[in-house]
Amino acid sequence: MSAHMIDIVNLVKRYQTGTVSFEALKGVDVQIDRGELVSIVGPSGSGKSTMMNIIGCLDIPTSGKYTLDDQDVTKLTPNQLADIRNRKIGFVFQAFNLLPYATAFENVEVPLLFARVGGRKRKQRILDLLDRVGLADKVNNKPTEMSGGEMQRVAIARALANEPEVILADEPTGNLDSSSGGGIVELFHELWREGKTIVVITHDSALAAQTERIIHIRDGLIEKVTHGNQQGRRAAHVA
Amino acid sequence: MQLSTLYNIFVRDFRKQSLRIGLTIVALAWGTLSIMLLLGFGEGMHQQMSENQAGIGTGISVIWGGNTSMPYKGLGRGRKIWFHAGDGEYLKQLIPELEAVGEEYHRWGVRVRWADKVMTQHINGVEPVYEDIRNIVPRVGGRMVNEIDIELKRRVAFIGWETARDIFGDVDPVGETIYLQDLPFTVIGVLVEKNQWNSYSGQDQSTIFIPTTTFVAVFGDPYLDNMVFKPRDLDQMDMVKERVTEALAARYKFHPDDESALSIWDIAESMREFNAMLIGIKIFLGIIGGLTLLIASVGVANIMYVSIKERTREIGIKMAVGARKSYILIQFLIEALLITATGGFIGMMLAYVATETFQRVDIQADWVEWLGKPTISADIGIIVVAILGVMGLIAGFFPALRAASVSPVESLRYE
Ligand SMILES: Nc1ncnc2c1ncn2[C@@H]1O[C@H](COP(=O)(O)OP(=O)(O)OP(=O)(O)O)[C@@H](O)[C@H]1O
Ligand SMILES: [Mg+2]
Repeated sequence: MSAHMIDIVNLVKRYQTGTVSFEALKGVDVQIDRGELVSIVGPSGSGKSTMMNIIGCLDIPTSGKYTLDDQDVTKLTPNQLADIRNRKIGFVFQAFNLLPYATAFENVEVPLLFARVGGRKRKQRILDLLDRVGLADKVNNKPTEMSGGEMQRVAIARALANEPEVILADEPTGNLDSSSGGGIVELFHELWREGKTIVVITHDSALAAQTERIIHIRDGLIEKVTHGNQQGRRAAHVA
Repeated sequence: MQLSTLYNIFVRDFRKQSLRIGLTIVALAWGTLSIMLLLGFGEGMHQQMSENQAGIGTGISVIWGGNTSMPYKGLGRGRKIWFHAGDGEYLKQLIPELEAVGEEYHRWGVRVRWADKVMTQHINGVEPVYEDIRNIVPRVGGRMVNEIDIELKRRVAFIGWETARDIFGDVDPVGETIYLQDLPFTVIGVLVEKNQWNSYSGQDQSTIFIPTTTFVAVFGDPYLDNMVFKPRDLDQMDMVKERVTEALAARYKFHPDDESALSIWDIAESMREFNAMLIGIKIFLGIIGGLTLLIASVGVANIMYVSIKERTREIGIKMAVGARKSYILIQFLIEALLITATGGFIGMMLAYVATETFQRVDIQADWVEWLGKPTISADIGIIVVAILGVMGLIAGFFPALRAASVSPVESLRYE
């Protein structure tokens, strides 16, 4: 078993818009260890989301190699990819991406259904998850009946549903004010301490500083990798 | 897999999106209902019209004597042609293509009495063959004039259902004695209720029929008023008309080409024209039905199509959290099936209830007779539902298939 949970080599993603072709990722190498807390920063349009979507198996690279937990992802069938998204990865979107007509409970339930977790166990798990993200009293609220911070917590509870080893978050606090954003950051630290591998895209340098490693992307290439503020780890412990 | 899990994967979302689903169901039900009613009432009207048309009898011609307009064999023009008893038999002997010929007499304004009721009526002297060729059919419990009545000049009367109601009210007329010109007649039968559009001497429903021989004995008419004939084969009607004309020309000495010596009303010909019109109406209704179906299809497809953006995002979300393509497609198909079945069922039930109600409610108006008995057809309903379902499916399935086939990011980004 390799130490890397995520191993990306020479990753290229090219978008074709009509006759214009655009390379959003121009050959990126990234290794992320098991249990690591990493942030990705960079200017808008630099390719952060593009890379994150590929890591999350939501998109397919044009070329390059991607190994997730010793598995060559580029060789998997659509169904195998679906199962990976279901069990191994929890993805948190900036735009929440909750089902608008479903309650918090039902939104968290969706990945459990696809994992075929049975009735009573499923219900208990959903209630535990919602309790954990502090939404025990919003179980039956629909997205329209919740604040942005609450919606993002539901999305996190959903991401955690099948106890994934990897949690990917694309600007999870981008749509939130600083206080609800802070709560979310706290939650990620907690998960990290439990041993999850966590990758977070952020524009917020303070948030980036609270991670172990910061990957800087610019124009589809890795510009540099810096160490995060170790105090971030300690601060999380104190909080 | 647990049933609750299956239910939650495949059916729950469907129930949650009540507006879109509701609209689709309404569009489907409405389309089904309108087409079923349109064709159902069309069919009922068609049947009613055919029935009314056939009330006088099918495949017959009526013939009257006229006035000659050409001199012939020393006889001048303007001579009145009278038919006599026995002419029918003469024609039958001469023309083997004839299935039947009937002779008849008429008298209007005859005084009729039963108990203390008195009224004036139209009396029609007829032969037994009228039961067949003129559709003079008795109600259960009665009979039509027969050969023995003719032979014995029996004083028996067969009465139209309206006259029976007017004279007897709720009393069963069969066996009662009525007086025609103060002579007693025994009622032997009552005409079944029938609608009749065509007539040459009055409606059968308000006529009293008696045997020809009795008629002559009572009223003393020396001449027939007219005859009715029916060829064995309807296609030979034109030829038979010619043969009848020739035979009568020979007997009454007028020029066979003399157009005004006889007048013949070919009811079969009128009926052919009428049937052509009915077919025209059916085609017209079919076209309207087709257009309605088209509009309903566009409605259903439109609702499906309008919801694609929302749906594509949903599919993206589900794919992102681990749905396999097959889950998405099965869910879609189940949803389409439930919508189609529900909408179709509602539409068909409403069509059924509407036609039943129409038939139960006793509307006293002349136009009701024209509409007849609307008959909706479950087959048509099912075909309509199937077409609408398939249209909705096509409009919704391919976008759903696409959303489930591309990478989740693409569906999530769909605008
Ligand atoms: N589907 C697409 N088709 C064409 N070009 C795309 C597509 N998605 C992204 N791009 C382009 O790829 C580049 C990288 O986009 P990406 O979303 O990864 O940026 P980002 O670093 O996440 O930016 P931001 O911080 O604004 O979210 C951008 O220039 C964008 O225009
Ligand atoms: Mg982005």
